[in-house]
Amino acid sequence: MAIAEHDVNASGYAASETNYLNNGYGLKSWLLTKDHKRIAVLYMISISIFFALGGVFAGLIRLELLTPQGDFAHSDTYNKLFTMHGVIMVFFFLVPSIPATLGNFLLPIMVGAKDLAFPRINLLSWYVYVAGGILGSVAILSGGVDTGWTFYTPYSSTYSNSNVLLAGFGAFLAGFSSILTGLNFIVTIHTMRAPGMTWFRLPLFIWAHYATSLIMILGTPVIAITLVLMMLERAFGFGFFDPRLGGDPVLFQHLFGFYSHPAVYIMILPSMGVMSEMIACISRKRIFGYEFVAFSSVAIAILGFLVWGHHMFLSSQSTYVGMVFSVITFLVAVPSAIKIFNWAATMYKGSIVHNTPMFYVMSYFGLFLIGGLTGLFLSNMGLDIHLHDTYFVVAHFHYIMVGGQVVGYMGGMHFWWPKITGKTYPDILGKVSAVLIFLGFNLTFFPQFVLGYMGMPRRYHSYPDEFQVLNVASTFGASVLAIGYLMPAIYLTWSIFKGPKASQNPWGAKGLEWEVAASPPTTFNFESTPVVTEEAYQYGPIEEH
Amino acid sequence: MAEHHNSPTVGIYLSVFATLMVLTALTVWVAFVDMGAYNDLIAMVIACTKATVVIVFFMHVKYSSRLLWLFVAAGFLFLLIMFAFIMADYASRGWMEAPGSYFLSIQ
Amino acid sequence: MADHAHDHEHHPYGLAHQFEDTAQQKESVLLGMWSFLITEVLFFGGYFATYLVYRTQYPIAFTEGSYQLDVKLGAFNTVVLILSSLTMAMAVHESHKGNKNGILRYLIATFILGGVFLCVKYVEYSAKFEHGLVPGLAWHPHGEHSPQLALFFSLYFGMTGMHALHMIIGAGLLIWLMVKTARGTYTAEYNAPVEVFGLYWHFVDIVWIFLFPLLYLLGKTHG
Repeated sequence: MAIAEHDVNASGYAASETNYLNNGYGLKSWLLTKDHKRIAVLYMISISIFFALGGVFAGLIRLELLTPQGDFAHSDTYNKLFTMHGVIMVFFFLVPSIPATLGNFLLPIMVGAKDLAFPRINLLSWYVYVAGGILGSVAILSGGVDTGWTFYTPYSSTYSNSNVLLAGFGAFLAGFSSILTGLNFIVTIHTMRAPGMTWFRLPLFIWAHYATSLIMILGTPVIAITLVLMMLERAFGFGFFDPRLGGDPVLFQHLFGFYSHPAVYIMILPSMGVMSEMIACISRKRIFGYEFVAFSSVAIAILGFLVWGHHMFLSSQSTYVGMVFSVITFLVAVPSAIKIFNWAATMYKGSIVHNTPMFYVMSYFGLFLIGGLTGLFLSNMGLDIHLHDTYFVVAHFHYIMVGGQVVGYMGGMHFWWPKITGKTYPDILGKVSAVLIFLGFNLTFFPQFVLGYMGMPRRYHSYPDEFQVLNVASTFGASVLAIGYLMPAIYLTWSIFKGPKASQNPWGAKGLEWEVAASPPTTFNFESTPVVTEEAYQYGPIEEH
Repeated sequence: MAEHHNSPTVGIYLSVFATLMVLTALTVWVAFVDMGAYNDLIAMVIACTKATVVIVFFMHVKYSSRLLWLFVAAGFLFLLIMFAFIMADYASRGWMEAPGSYFLSIQ
Repeated sequence: MADHAHDHEHHPYGLAHQFEDTAQQKESVLLGMWSFLITEVLFFGGYFATYLVYRTQYPIAFTEGSYQLDVKLGAFNTVVLILSSLTMAMAVHESHKGNKNGILRYLIATFILGGVFLCVKYVEYSAKFEHGLVPGLAWHPHGEHSPQLALFFSLYFGMTGMHALHMIIGAGLLIWLMVKTARGTYTAEYNAPVEVFGLYWHFVDIVWIFLFPLLYLLGKTHG
């Protein structure tokens, strides 16, 4: 018995007998699937593995930094630890995180389509990602890489004795996978929206993923070619960045930065989309300033391409151009701020529900705000001379990538879990782990702002004695954070097998995925093509109490 | 989305081919004529013209939707942004260096 | 509302299940290939940016390097590749008419021309290895030369090599297309793969249109 599409907000659980999860059993039906939802689940599994692996390296880093001396790991080993942590977390976790899991799962449903535009390319993107991941893992297991995740030349291309080629090619493949995902998303959003789904009726999650996909298409190819150039130099002795041949290592930084700065927007925009969806739902209100939030996503994507030189203030880049990059960097903070203001305005006088997604929303507000504001400190060229390559930078980007994107990822997982799996989890456990993550995260990374300001450099395995107290606090925080992440890994997995069945719309949320699709959805999402007649987030008037 | 109905004719394809041949011959010929700094500029103008003609006619962009035009333009725009900002660095070194800067010390 | 999803009797030929109709499929597929080509523009763009930086910094080295390249072979290859773009455009033209023999004829012509291009590149590359002009692998240029000559030749091999790789991939795809054409897969209603491949092939041609003057035609005025 399938859910009829007019049966919105049906209470009791969805009574679909076939859904995408039980439509075909066996390894082949999963490994050769064309269903975007199954591919999303495949990604969820592989991304979780890499998150855990990256987390292990983080743990090892924090262990070494418990003491001022380099006693746990030799300096060369430490170089490998932070490199592997960065390579795994950036290329194999953060870039695909939300887009490849929640994006893949929800995008077609949210626009009212049966699948993405190119289902086989979607599957290919997962295989390319896995291939990249295998190469990266082989690089780790056979000795590691020690160049930093940024692969700066000429160390990476000439002098390093570690598995640069393997890791570089692994990152190349991960990037290619993200290009295929972004391409699929852009085409689907343009050509496959259901009748009545105009651009300004789209959920803001879609706008965020559209902007993310723009960056994937325009930026990722440049890091692809940059890695190729570096690998050619290393493998064949071609001259591109070798000063002995007249090459310029700073050119590598320019080309690398052309992608890597926009990449950090790939690593935050999707979570902003998640936030918009959750905030509307937990406030029972339409997102305030919908058009502003929508356009701000695109503005971030475009402006983000014009600022990469702020990573190069100390690289011998011209001061004049540094000024230009600095000014534009201040500008790019504006669209992010616009979102924060609009989200706050949405919650104001909303009817706030206290559930796990709400806890993640509040976390995101605080942590992303701190991360964004500290970015402004770093945009200032003069201040950056003092702060560049210190722990201040490390704290800044972790506040955004972990306090922002990962919190958004976890929150989104908790929000859409009933839709994806058809099961629910104990909300109290969700709230407790959200609090642990918030507390653990702040304890880990806030001391690092102070350490950086006091002058502790990043990527060093030892440090002066006076920095130890804050480092110990940071390591303790990391332990709390780890527990905060482990808990959902356990209870969410448990819920798949033993959790209570979810209703079609347990949060009472608006949107095609909640109101029309079942929990979990059928293979083709809808019985027949939905027709959209109302704006997004029509939660109706708030009742005064 | 009506590229199917307004595809170029064989005549147009042949004219485009002839144009490309002429421009190729021109670019080779001009390379052997000394015009100083203008040699580079002329070579690039000719190459851009050839590329445009291929994109507009062979690749049917003339007969395609506005959206497609936008996509093509956006791709080249971001390419130009990459060129412009990178070259701006190299071109402006020395314009306003802080005292004690490395660049000044190697003059 | 009519349920098209399971309406197999009227299922248009070649329509994939996720699309509502053939027009949506064609629009999507073209937009998808153009999105991919944009990534290729930025991909090769990194090489061109590198070229731009070093060309302006070391004009003499680049002129020296360009002098070592054979303009006649380069120009011949340019003509060959542009001709192959014409034959590919004709193949797409025939595919709109659903003319199987016409498509096949032009695809074969394109394939042969591509093959000629690659043979010429092989000849050029072998000559470079003989003369010791391959940085890192076989580098012993004769006489005095700018130390940055290796930058030019790294870019020469890097750029034309990446281009040749794209041509080889294109040749492989052409074989696949020719097999499917021979089987009668493409009709007047369903011919998007031919058109989409055509876009790729034209793009590879455009890259060469820029490579030729930048690599082969520098400093010809100084003999």
